[in-house]
This record gives sequence, C-alpha cells and structure tokens, in this order.
Amino acid sequence: MKILVCITHVPDTTSKIQFAANNTKLDTTGVQFIIGPYDDYALARAVELRDQTGGKLTVLNVGEAETEPTLRKALAIGADDAIRVNAFPKDSFFVAIQIAHYAKEGQYDLILMGRESIDFNGGMVHGMVGELLGMPSFSPVMKLDLEGSTVKMAREIEGGKEMIEAQLPLIAGCQEPIAEWKIPNMRGIMSARTKPLNVVEPVSQETQAEATSYQLPPAKGAVKLIDKDQVGELVKLLKNEAKVL
Amino acid sequence: MSILVYIEHAEGKVKKTSLEAVSFANALAAQTGEGEVVAVALGTVDQAELASVGKAGAAKVLHGADARLDAGVIQAHASAVAQAFQKVGAKTLVLAKSSLGDAVAARLAIKLQAGLVSNVVELPNTSGGYTVKRSIYTGKAFAETAVTTENKILAIKKNAIDLRTDGADASVENFDVQLSDADFAGKITATERATGEILLPEADIVVSGGRGMKGPENWGMIEDLAKVLGAATGCSKPVSDIGWRPHHEHVGQTGVKVAPSLYVAVGISGAIQHLAGVNSSKCIVVINKDPEAPFFKAADYGIVGDAFEVVPKLTEALKAEL
Repeated sequence: MKILVCITHVPDTTSKIQFAANNTKLDTTGVQFIIGPYDDYALARAVELRDQTGGKLTVLNVGEAETEPTLRKALAIGADDAIRVNAFPKDSFFVAIQIAHYAKEGQYDLILMGRESIDFNGGMVHGMVGELLGMPSFSPVMKLDLEGSTVKMAREIEGGKEMIEAQLPLIAGCQEPIAEWKIPNMRGIMSARTKPLNVVEPVSQETQAEATSYQLPPAKGAVKLIDKDQVGELVKLLKNEAKVL
Repeated sequence: MSILVYIEHAEGKVKKTSLEAVSFANALAAQTGEGEVVAVALGTVDQAELASVGKAGAAKVLHGADARLDAGVIQAHASAVAQAFQKVGAKTLVLAKSSLGDAVAARLAIKLQAGLVSNVVELPNTSGGYTVKRSIYTGKAFAETAVTTENKILAIKKNAIDLRTDGADASVENFDVQLSDADFAGKITATERATGEILLPEADIVVSGGRGMKGPENWGMIEDLAKVLGAATGCSKPVSDIGWRPHHEHVGQTGVKVAPSLYVAVGISGAIQHLAGVNSSKCIVVINKDPEAPFFKAADYGIVGDAFEVVPKLTEALKAEL
C-alpha cells in the first residue's frame, strides 16, 4: 500500500493577514506557518491507514526551501519520507500539475490531501489531480476506511452526508472528523531528522489563474450597543436600519 | 456563443446560490457580449422549477434527466457539464461555490483547459486582460486574479451578487448526456440528510451559540430564537469539539463558512478563526456578557448582557414584531 499525502504550508489560523511590496505578496513578518489544518486531518488518517495496512506513506509539498520545517513536522507525525517540489505554488493548476507528475511516477494507491488550503480556499487541487491522473476524486471526505481494495467513505453534502464505495486507487480531499490530529512526540521528532526529504525540480508549466495583487476588506464601523433591557430597540434597528428582517 | 451555468438542486428545488450564479452570468453576458445564458441541470427536477431559472436571467435550461445523476457523482457531473459546454459553444462556465460545485469545477478545469477562479465576489474586469476579484484567507482578504486561458470557470461566493428575479421563464430542452461506467467509479450507497431544518450553508439568517451557553441542555433557547427568525443554528468550534452540538453546525475557518444577511452570535467570544467563518455576513449581532469580547469589534449591533436573560426577551420581542 503506497499512500501520498499532499500538504500545504499556510499561515496559522490566528494570523493577522497583511500584504507587502505594494500589495503583491503576503507580509510574512511575525506569521507562523503550519501544515494546512485540513491536510493535517488527511495526514493523521494516512498514518493510521499505513499502520493498519503496512506499506509506505510519502508526504509532498510544492514550495520553496522555507516549507521544509512543515515537511519535517509531517515526518515527525509519521510520514516515512517527503518530497519537496522546489517551486513557489503560483496557482492551483500549477500545483496540481506538479503533484500529478510525481504521483504518476510513484504509482500511489491512495492520494489524500485537505479539502482546501486555508490561504486561497479554492478546494480545486484534488479534483484537478484526479482528472490529470484519470483517477476518481472525492471531497469533502469526513470518513475513510479500507476493506481490501474497497474504500468506504462518507462525503459531506450541504445538510448531511453521502456514503460512498469506490475502488483503489483514488484521491480524497479530507476534513474533520476523519481522524484526530496527531501531535509529534519526541521519538517522532528525533526520527524525522534522519528520514529522507527529497527535493525535486518542478515540471515547466504556465499558470492559468494567478493572483496578481491583494486587498484587505474595508475597516468595520463601530458596533452600536443596545441596552440589555431595550431588546425591542434592536428589533427595530434590524428591521428599519439594517433591513435584514 | 453562450455562458453556461451549472445548476444545483436539492429535493426538487433549484438552490438559491445557483440562481445567484445565473444572475452573475446574466450580468457578465451584458458586460462582455458573450450571448445568452444557458443553464444545465442534472438529474430529476420538475420542468416548471427549471423554467423558473429564467427569472434569474437564463434564456434556456438544458436538462440531463438521467436519474443516475440525482446524487452528486462528481465525475459524472463533470463529464455531463463538459458535454453541455461543448454543445452550447461556451467559453465561460459559471457556478456557485459549494462542496459539490468545487469538486466538479476542479475536474472541469482540466477537461476544458480552463482557468478556474473560486470564491468570486465581483464581475470580472475585462478592460485589458481578464482579472477576477476573489475572497481569500477565509474572507480576511481579497486577491485580484489574472485568468490567461480562453476558457474560464468562475465559482461565485454566496451572497456576493444581487439575485435577479424579473426575467421571463426559460425554455427547457432535453439534454442527452453520454456517460460511461468510468464516470460512476464511486457508488453512493446511502444518503443522510437533516430533515425539517434550515441548512446552515444556505441559510439567510444564522443564530449560533458558544461556550457561554454553558451546556447542550440550554440549546432550546437558541433554537427558539432561530425558529422565530426562520434561521439555521450554528455553533463555535469548542462547542462542537466538546460534543454539545454536531460537527456540521461548527461555523468557522475550518468548519462551515456562512454568508447570511443576519448572523446572531450568542455567548461566543469571537476567536479569529470563528470570525473568519462569518465575516461575509451582511449584519452581525453579538450578545455576550463580557463587554471586552473581541466579537463586539466585528459586530454591527451588540448587547452586553447575560444570554439567559437577553435571548428569551429578544425572542419574545421578535414574535411581537414579525
């Protein structure tokens, strides 16, 4: 069983987002980067499945050298080896092309990643990789179990879920509660230092939809406080001023 | 030449977010001269319901009535929409951002060799190139995105565009979709849907509770307020983590992102991750006994007070007024 988990390297969820260089790139001053939270779920489930079935778990990130601590963390959590595709992830299509290229070489049975990254929120890469490799793709997957070569999944739909059965190989975009996040222990952290982290060069590819500049939303006006004994006043404001009732 | 819109429906009703996508496409066609708006709907839907898509600005609806398409089989829907795209000679596909829409659009981006932009919040700027404004960092920022391909796919963020309702009924045309076994690689064995509830991702009003509610036994108060408002109920992440409320009610950066007209937060302090999930709401009301709760900085209206006193009074006041 060969499992590939693709992770993103994203600002921590508590980060205040600001831009630099005339609003053309993220201002990373004071920003802590983490494994994308949805990717963390995918990784946690992949570690369990690898332990259950044996085989090998590889983690991949498309990113420049600064993403290596994120990959090392994934190794500490339980991945056996790592691939860093040495390129700035310019758009979803560019990233999908890189993943598909290395996934094809690796002949993986199962490819997992988060349902979306928490920076660009596109939720596109799993489907693009699926189409590029001619493999079925499912997202957002909240439960995934293996029974031989049959994969039993639950996919979230608006207001409910679908139970799905499919055959390996496949790709899933994951979300909670597929597994509990795993925190690296000291043994994992020590062993991660010696696990292979292979840097490979990207496949040449033009972008299709690349962000060129960024903006922050307009500043919010001050809150209008209403006395707790005057709730009727709030109802009037919602009806007549905000016009939302 | 036409603009194609992928329509989603649930229990026979076309989703409001899909009608927003049609409205967007209608305004885009007027801007770019890309001809008429054609919608494509898959699976079992009533003809009159499909014709009413015209009110949002579609001239025609292609209906692929194959019952195998009733469930959201991602690959089959992607194949069917690709066929519709070729049939109408479209260069642009518009759809609503949703869990199914994202998954289908991603595969279509490769099939159609189309630049895909998700979370679109405005009509594209087509004066010299083609740039699209999209919401990123879970609503904490926007990105201008340059699309360089001839074919384009735009996934529209909920509530980002005014719904058009004054169009004429659309003509509904049978659409014969050619599907292979490979399109049905995943077999849907069961579907569980919450019944009788207003769905959180689609709701126009949302009432959410946080740890300030002190326990799941107090949720009746949130539900009463939601009922009088015709709202969906949500919760903060700690509440779903503790198990007071189900996971699918978790509103926030890693939960459900909502964009209602009115968001009412009760006993939620306003962690940055929660704010990221609600910051697209048109109006935010915060009820919290802590006047220093960070959520007040993001709110339009606030009441500093004990939820157990304020919420029942608010429910009664709303009953009297609505």
